[in-house]
Amino acid sequence: MADITNTFAGIKSPNPFWLASAPPTDKAYNVERAFRAGWGGVVWKTLGEEGPPLVNVNGPRYGAIWGADRRLLGLNNIELITDRDLYVNLREIKQVKKDWPDRAMVVSIMVPCEEAAWKAILPLVEETGADGIELNFGCPHGMSERGMGSAVGQVPEYIEMVTRWCKANTRMPVIVKLTPNITDIRFPARAAHAGGADAVSLINTVSSITSVNLDNFSPEPSIDGKGSHGGYCGPAVKPIALNMVAEIARDAETRGLPISGIGGITTWRDAAEFLALGAGNVQVCTAAMTYGFKIVSEMIEGLQNWMDAKGHASLDDVIGRAVPNVTDWQYLNLNYVTKAKIDQDMCISCGRCHIACEDTSHQAITQEVDGVRRFEVIDEECVGCNLCVNVCPVENCITMEPLATGETDKRTGEKVSGDYGNWTEHPNNPSRVAAE
Amino acid sequence: MNSKQHMSGVVAGRLDASDIEDNFQDLHPPLSTHEAVVAADRCYFCHDAPCVTACPTSIDIPMFIRQISTGNPLGSAETIFDQNILGGMCARVCPTETLCEQVCVREVAEGKPVKIGLLQRYATDHAMDSGIEIYKRAAPSGKKVAVVGAGPAGLACAHRLAMYGHDVEILEAREKPGGLNEFGIAAYKTVDGFAQREVDFVLSIGGINISYGQKLGEDVSLEQLQSDYDAVFLGTGLAGVNALRMEGSDADGVVDAVDFIAGLRQSADKSDIAVGRRIVVIGGGMTAIDAAVQAKLLGAEDVTICYRRGKDQMNASVFEQDLATSRGVIIRHWLQPDKVNVADGKLRSVTLEYTSQDAGKLTGTGETMTIEADQVLVAIGQTLESSGLGSPIKLEGGCIATDATGRTSADKVWAGGDCTNTGDDLTVTAVAQGRDAAEAINDTLKQ
Repeated sequence: MADITNTFAGIKSPNPFWLASAPPTDKAYNVERAFRAGWGGVVWKTLGEEGPPLVNVNGPRYGAIWGADRRLLGLNNIELITDRDLYVNLREIKQVKKDWPDRAMVVSIMVPCEEAAWKAILPLVEETGADGIELNFGCPHGMSERGMGSAVGQVPEYIEMVTRWCKANTRMPVIVKLTPNITDIRFPARAAHAGGADAVSLINTVSSITSVNLDNFSPEPSIDGKGSHGGYCGPAVKPIALNMVAEIARDAETRGLPISGIGGITTWRDAAEFLALGAGNVQVCTAAMTYGFKIVSEMIEGLQNWMDAKGHASLDDVIGRAVPNVTDWQYLNLNYVTKAKIDQDMCISCGRCHIACEDTSHQAITQEVDGVRRFEVIDEECVGCNLCVNVCPVENCITMEPLATGETDKRTGEKVSGDYGNWTEHPNNPSRVAAE
Repeated sequence: MNSKQHMSGVVAGRLDASDIEDNFQDLHPPLSTHEAVVAADRCYFCHDAPCVTACPTSIDIPMFIRQISTGNPLGSAETIFDQNILGGMCARVCPTETLCEQVCVREVAEGKPVKIGLLQRYATDHAMDSGIEIYKRAAPSGKKVAVVGAGPAGLACAHRLAMYGHDVEILEAREKPGGLNEFGIAAYKTVDGFAQREVDFVLSIGGINISYGQKLGEDVSLEQLQSDYDAVFLGTGLAGVNALRMEGSDADGVVDAVDFIAGLRQSADKSDIAVGRRIVVIGGGMTAIDAAVQAKLLGAEDVTICYRRGKDQMNASVFEQDLATSRGVIIRHWLQPDKVNVADGKLRSVTLEYTSQDAGKLTGTGETMTIEADQVLVAIGQTLESSGLGSPIKLEGGCIATDATGRTSADKVWAGGDCTNTGDDLTVTAVAQGRDAAEAINDTLKQ
């Protein structure tokens, strides 16, 4: 059985599945249930500075979008950081860590952007015996209006400054949680790195309005007829998160900086993809909020079964394995030629490949052959775009088949050379570099 | 147990009234909104979809299903009604398993088609329950069209003509509209007076008047209609029935299945309908199935359908055959009636001869068997009552001959539905033919 014990930024946990800082980790009751279910660690829901606890709205906090059969695809929230007393949280954190010493206990913190505020809270958290802290520079709603959360995460200089304060004032590993509500994730990551962060975690939620009520024209979730942008998460954001994780993993300045992958992780497969793109562990929230804590057992066993099947003995064999394969467009091999191929035995004749290609692409799929309804690829027109594969309802019915070296691409009339050739040296590129 | 359950002879109330009521509940209960959206989501929105090709009225099925999934059931119903104004009834009675759902790509792929019939019912029910006016008449054209028969073909024709602003007079032989929808379909397929509600829905467009008790050839002549109206549409259906002609076939207890079904539909209380304890149903079509199943639901102990050919040749769909057997009806093939046996003035049994088919020709083998029975329901086909038509109407195969637009050999006269040589016993085909004839009539009247 593959070994999935995990050490992330020096923090040990029996598996790489942590619960992200969010409602599921707001109090001991939930966290203990999570640990009993098998979660490897938690990031305790964000603590704020000492004082009267903040308040949440008393109307709906969540909005959602759904797929077929009301499967939850995306969740949006306007909940703030913990609304419980700081000392109640600290007492519970201490007790839970004492009772579950093998699990990772990281505490999320968000206090005003003043060194004194951070200096005040860090010793209180350290006293609980927690394994580390996560700086919440990500929340896009509510707290950002008060100069915290993503208001910090959107300014690299602030990230670096606060990270530096924390590193100077605690022995605990510092994980910086990044907001995706920026144009280039590498800049905040570099700032965290420059400030001395032990790791980054991402993505926090994406600024969003899930829907509009067409009866009263209020955005959802609606609080007395008004709505405010919330933070979007769940399966829908996974592709955004994967890219941002990969960008940091392959950036020369941040290479090697541990990354805790977050964003729509619902199954072991999602987790494995994050790990492959360079995440050292993963954090989960929406899937647990949708299905409960039990899903972690599927994630653990699924990951182990896949690793066993592929001969990966430990997480180190997996982490970052896909990173070298992430490249810039300009380095993609332009001499790699594929054609769509439709397996006629599997085809159910829905015609979606035809109409998608006919209306919106390259007119490369027939509707009829010899007067009979039949969908075949016209190699002379097919550019290999993969749209037909993506719209086909039958998995593996349409596949993209690479042409072998020496075969002629019927669209261009050119033989496949078999050599690697990219845009930087392509004759049509005005600023090409001559091939050696 | 009801004391009459095992009584011999043809008696009413074999089951308690409440049991009978339960037995005649809606065969396919309607989908809830969530069920409809889930079912709609299975549709692939095929291009040039096979289901549309298979629908005699060519409803844009992928479009109406997409409209359901986007929360637009009224728009969905409009998509349906534009092609088939009786889409509500067709959603209930169409043999979808041999039409749209048979060719659904998900039937092909998984053996589980999209529930097209139930989705159509969801949308049309929504629109009809909403009471929203969907169609408006065009400005009056000043033209008058007579429609003979207020069945599916006549109603579809009348509605389309009214849309174009023509005045329509429907002449109906019975005292109630709806044709086979009202009189000829098993009660559990169209509960709660749906057929009449649908007629009201069709007529709500305005410009259509129905005169009852007007039988062609008796109360009004075709010549008169030709001279009084700008066009005539014949949607008379098949008013005659083939009778059983053999020894004993005139006995009490030998009943025409069409009358039996109509009696059930028209009765206020089904526990008043008398059925035998042991029943033999002769025939292999939908009428045979509808009569047999309903006899069983009324409390008949043994109901046996006897069909002279094999399972594959039955006009009733496999779904209908399975429905019958699931209700306890026995279906026997390769048996043709030989004689009805009567003793002491009472029907006792039916003797049947085994049959076989050689090179397409059906012959009796000479061997017989006898089934005990106190009632025989005869469902061996309906015929056109052509005597009222007059000589200018050319017939073909005993039915009115028409061209592709429904035009007959007589001047200004179109026809559609079961009375024509292109009818196929289906409500949905009658609707298509009525609609298309109206288009042809409108084209002619515009000239």
